[in-house]
Amino acid sequence: MIWARNLALSFLVVTAVAGLFAGSLTSGYAHQFRDLPSASPSRQHPLGTDDLGRDRWARILYGTRVSLFLAPAAALLSSLFAGLIGGIAGFAGGWTARVVIAIVDLFLSLPWLLLLITVRALMPLNVSPVTSVLITFVLLGCLGWAAAARVVYADTRSLSQSDFALLARASGAGGFRLLWRHVLPNLRPILFAQFWISVPVFILTEANLGILGLGVAEPLPSWGSLLRELESYSSLTAEPWRLLPLVLLIAVVSCFQIVLHKEELPV
Amino acid sequence: MVIWKHAARIVATILLGGLIGATLLRLAPGFGADEEQLDPRLSHASILARSQNQTNDNVTVFYFHHLRRIAGGDLGMSRAFERPVSELLRERFPETMKSVCLGLLLGWAAALAMTVSVVMVRSWALDLCTSIFSGVLLCIPAALLALLFVLTRAPARLVLALIIFPKVFRYARGLLARSASMPHVLMARAKGLGQIRILLWHVLPPAAPQLLALAGVSVSIALTAAIPVEALCDLPGIGQLAWKAALGRDLYLLVNLTMIVTTVTLLANTAADILGQPFKVSHA
Repeated sequence: MIWARNLALSFLVVTAVAGLFAGSLTSGYAHQFRDLPSASPSRQHPLGTDDLGRDRWARILYGTRVSLFLAPAAALLSSLFAGLIGGIAGFAGGWTARVVIAIVDLFLSLPWLLLLITVRALMPLNVSPVTSVLITFVLLGCLGWAAAARVVYADTRSLSQSDFALLARASGAGGFRLLWRHVLPNLRPILFAQFWISVPVFILTEANLGILGLGVAEPLPSWGSLLRELESYSSLTAEPWRLLPLVLLIAVVSCFQIVLHKEELPV
Repeated sequence: MVIWKHAARIVATILLGGLIGATLLRLAPGFGADEEQLDPRLSHASILARSQNQTNDNVTVFYFHHLRRIAGGDLGMSRAFERPVSELLRERFPETMKSVCLGLLLGWAAALAMTVSVVMVRSWALDLCTSIFSGVLLCIPAALLALLFVLTRAPARLVLALIIFPKVFRYARGLLARSASMPHVLMARAKGLGQIRILLWHVLPPAAPQLLALAGVSVSIALTAAIPVEALCDLPGIGQLAWKAALGRDLYLLVNLTMIVTTVTLLANTAADILGQPFKVSHA
């Protein structure tokens, strides 16, 4: 199903580009049209305005920028942590590996969202929007490394015990050189895969946090905070254009799934 | 012996988790101060609140006191609810267990029924439909699903089943499909054995240890999902308690809740591991 993968990739690229150029395409996410609160879609406002008179289309594009660009940043951070922690444990072996894997197991036994909510609550909640974005995504990156670290650990272990590593050792390669020249390049595909697997997970987690009011603070929009507006929604059929963030979220995460798990699709 | 090993692992994990929790609690910005008192615009009050709440205890002493209180059955007072934590947990834990058990039961029943249909009927149309359905459900965050249930006035307890279903279905389908394509199953089909007999005797047993492990993991998924579901559907369980504690920065309550949920998760995983041992041995 190459066409499905290409279609999903194209959709992701178009969405990302639209988010990137949100500033040129719209009037701004916080600009209030005070005489037009809760307006229906029009030529000026394709998706109407919210209760405060802010253009919904602009907020969706800016929200896309926040969610779609910061989730990969958090995924990069978590992949780096996973590579560092799992790599060191796998390469060192012995007691270091046992202690690190015990910590990884501890992280894995803590329910993900509860851990995130707990650590988020330890930080001040009354912060500026930019700080809230940073706190949310840095926390995602700092707490989401455990599962990936286990995969990296297993792979580093098998790589450092492989024939080519033995040959490199026999040729006089020391610990650091062996790690840098022989193990790390072979870990790149694993880290790359873990990175891409983490992105949709982080997008969904940010949405969960946003809906619960623990994500990105107003007035900065993210998909989570935009979906939170559905709380004041009286009926699903009343204003269907308000469901666009939901449709966009499902479409983007589905596209990530298609791109990542293309082999699982029924032929 | 195996049970003792598991018990020791659970105790060690809980103690280590407690230490990490206590460390985070003690080092949290403005520990013991109200959120308003941390506002930088109220710098004088903020400084005053911080200095009033500063204690000389280091993390180890703080954790030791914390453990001693827990051993005595005192989980502390909730600042957000102004009630003892143990009382709140006694009230709310059964409610969450009811939701989680119902969600797990329905989610697993639906996922297994659909998996068995897909694997035994072997129709590409059914496979495609179930894949799309479970795929879409996987793309909806738990909180949003709960919100949609509130909007459509659907029974809130069903949300957990819809969250469990796609995750179980995806894994179970892969496991059973692999199991159904093994040579001994082909031989059983060739010999003309009935579908039910093939399923119960030849397809399910090799996949049983992994399915049991998945059952353990699904308890954790259900408990995690219970937070947004209970918060948004107004179900008075520990998920709602965790959410309110987070919004009120009730750190003692949050850390205690994390420890309790972790214990339940570890127990579920251990039970799944122990129950899966006989299948592993017989399959080997």
